[in-house]
Amino acid sequence: MTEHVLPHHFESADQAYQSSKLGLFLFLATEILMFGGLFVAYIVNRALYPEMFREASHHLNVMMGGINTVVLICSSFTMAMAVNSTRLNKNLQAQKMLLLTLFFAACFIVIKYFEYTHKIHEGLLPGGLFKYAGTHHPKMQLYFSLYFLMTGLHGIHVFAGMCLIFWVYLKSRRGDLGESYYTPVELVGLFWHLVDLIWIYLFPLLYLIG
Amino acid sequence: MEHKNFLQEGGWKSWFVTLDHKKIGVMYLFTTLLFFAIGGIFSTLIRYELWTPEATFAKDLYNKFFTFHGAIMIFMFIIPGIPAALGNIFLPMMIGAKDVAFPRLNLGSYYIFIAGALLAASAIVFGGVDTGWTFYAPYSIKTQTAVILVTMGAFVMGFSSILTGLNFIVTTHKLRCPGMTVYKMPLFIWAIYATAIIQVLATPVIAITLLLLVMERVFQVGIFDASLGGDPILFQHFFWFYSHPAVYIMILPGMGIVSEVIAVFSRKHIFGYKAIAYSSLAIAFISFLVWGHHMFVSGQSAWANFLFSILTMLVAVPTAIKIFNWTATLYKGSIVLKTPMLYALSFIFLFTIGGLTGLFLAAVSVDVHLHDTYFVVAHFHYVMVGGTVIALFAGLHYWWPKIFGRMYSELIGRISWFFIFVGFNMTFLPMFWLGRQGMPRRYATYEPMYEGLHKLATLGSWVLNVGLILMFGGLLWSLFKGKKAGNNPWGGKTLEWHTESPPTVDNFYEIPTITEGPYEYGVKK
Repeated sequence: MTEHVLPHHFESADQAYQSSKLGLFLFLATEILMFGGLFVAYIVNRALYPEMFREASHHLNVMMGGINTVVLICSSFTMAMAVNSTRLNKNLQAQKMLLLTLFFAACFIVIKYFEYTHKIHEGLLPGGLFKYAGTHHPKMQLYFSLYFLMTGLHGIHVFAGMCLIFWVYLKSRRGDLGESYYTPVELVGLFWHLVDLIWIYLFPLLYLIG
Repeated sequence: MEHKNFLQEGGWKSWFVTLDHKKIGVMYLFTTLLFFAIGGIFSTLIRYELWTPEATFAKDLYNKFFTFHGAIMIFMFIIPGIPAALGNIFLPMMIGAKDVAFPRLNLGSYYIFIAGALLAASAIVFGGVDTGWTFYAPYSIKTQTAVILVTMGAFVMGFSSILTGLNFIVTTHKLRCPGMTVYKMPLFIWAIYATAIIQVLATPVIAITLLLLVMERVFQVGIFDASLGGDPILFQHFFWFYSHPAVYIMILPGMGIVSEVIAVFSRKHIFGYKAIAYSSLAIAFISFLVWGHHMFVSGQSAWANFLFSILTMLVAVPTAIKIFNWTATLYKGSIVLKTPMLYALSFIFLFTIGGLTGLFLAAVSVDVHLHDTYFVVAHFHYVMVGGTVIALFAGLHYWWPKIFGRMYSELIGRISWFFIFVGFNMTFLPMFWLGRQGMPRRYATYEPMYEGLHKLATLGSWVLNVGLILMFGGLLWSLFKGKKAGNNPWGGKTLEWHTESPPTVDNFYEIPTITEGPYEYGVKK
């Protein structure tokens, strides 16, 4: 086990821990504002073309979206368990929980992949690439622009979260984490919950408006 | 025991991997000043082109010149200029900390900044950009120039700005030394803190906006493209939701510097400490509510115009509070007219002009007449250059002895101040008249009736250039030949003056404990 060394500019481990946590919450605020831009674009366009949004949302697969919601909520639960286990020094259990979280995240990506390929196959593509012929609404491409932008940016975050979870898993296996130092797993956990939370907004906004 | 100072420690290679906030700050300082010089060359070319009413060189080349001038000055010089350079060096020192909260993140954000800057600058080689620094859709979607490179560069630099702001907020909250209560913090810290809040909360919005613009060009997503059903005005809303607060990212740190310099060189307790401190936060707050004043003629509803007009005028209140408090600080002070003080007083003078003309533009009916004219150009140059850049020069001279341990030449400092002050006013004061007479901005050619004032402005830009070259020449000379500076050449009371010049790596030999406020001059105990 390698003991975590306190950076020299901190007075105490608690000060370092509190600083990291505040820093991460600020980072999460920036994430929310970045997604906020897309949510505003969504609100503006939905207010302008409510029927089109309703019609377009029927092209999404509510079943797959629903499964993905459940999958992500489960992953948030296992992530929280991993943080808790680390704090209680149960590192083996924490590692199992992290692997389980990774598994759920991978499920999410795989399901998303099937959804995407289906949309691409149908020609339900963003903006100028839109090829779908079965609609009369001239602006339906905007919905799919927003769909791909919002779920795409979210997907990138899922992928980034998976990399971070794997990094924390390796750290835990090396024995770097435990009751005296669990900042990384806690911060990654917070990030992961945000990724989950954003999906919880995306799912009803995109899938359930019909 | 002799301690090495931070400049000597570690040799030249250590600069690339340093975690020392002072070294990172110095690297930022020289990098941003280099970009200032490049942006300055473009501005000189702009003024050269405008010497005669006819086009001196190709008009689309002129478009590229003012785009690069704007983009470089804003994204690579003014925004990181004061916070990331001087703020990085002095924020930890002024609150009695050894470093910022996240030193590795600090170095990381420097390299992210460099990466973004190189990405954006590479557009110069790949055909340039002609959209203006605002990248308005739909032109930015249609133009054949290298928009993607510059927007991606600005996107990447935005991350650097966010991470710096995040680092500063945490540092201010968590790393203050014993006794450093919030009301004992120097006003520069309040200003940097308010700046950091805007950096963290506004920059992500420009990030997604620029990303969407890139997506428009690559995947034709159409959100901003009317031909695909989208709305170009939405781009303007998104853009100014960041870029108006960004104006306060630029000016607030300058106000912080002026608060320090005015108090120290008047030898007086700052008048209205809390009023100045809270007005920084008030400006940061209001800055998020005024973006629509850039869009008075973009077809906003009259109701929206009315609201944005009122809210914009509201900014004048905390700003005026600062100006009045600085003036009150000068009253019956023992004023020492050294170079930093000359710049600080110029700031009050020039910024007042910039601020008041901002009120003209906030009034909808007047703005409809003045929109996109040279009046606007003059206004924001009085705020950005007369305000921020002049404040940066004040801070540069004020802290130069502390950073490098050498005194600058007072004589060169004053002479160059004179050229800069006169040259600046000669360049930009005529533009108010040009704008009032209807000279539109961003035009390469103009009616002969404007020629006289344009010639005056171009001459002014040369006087300004002489001053700038003299100033930077003098500062660089002082690095080698300047007199050795003592620890506290100005008699400052804030913590950075209570350590060596240049400071040691950990700033202090032992963490200080604060018992009195930062400006306790002549106060009976």
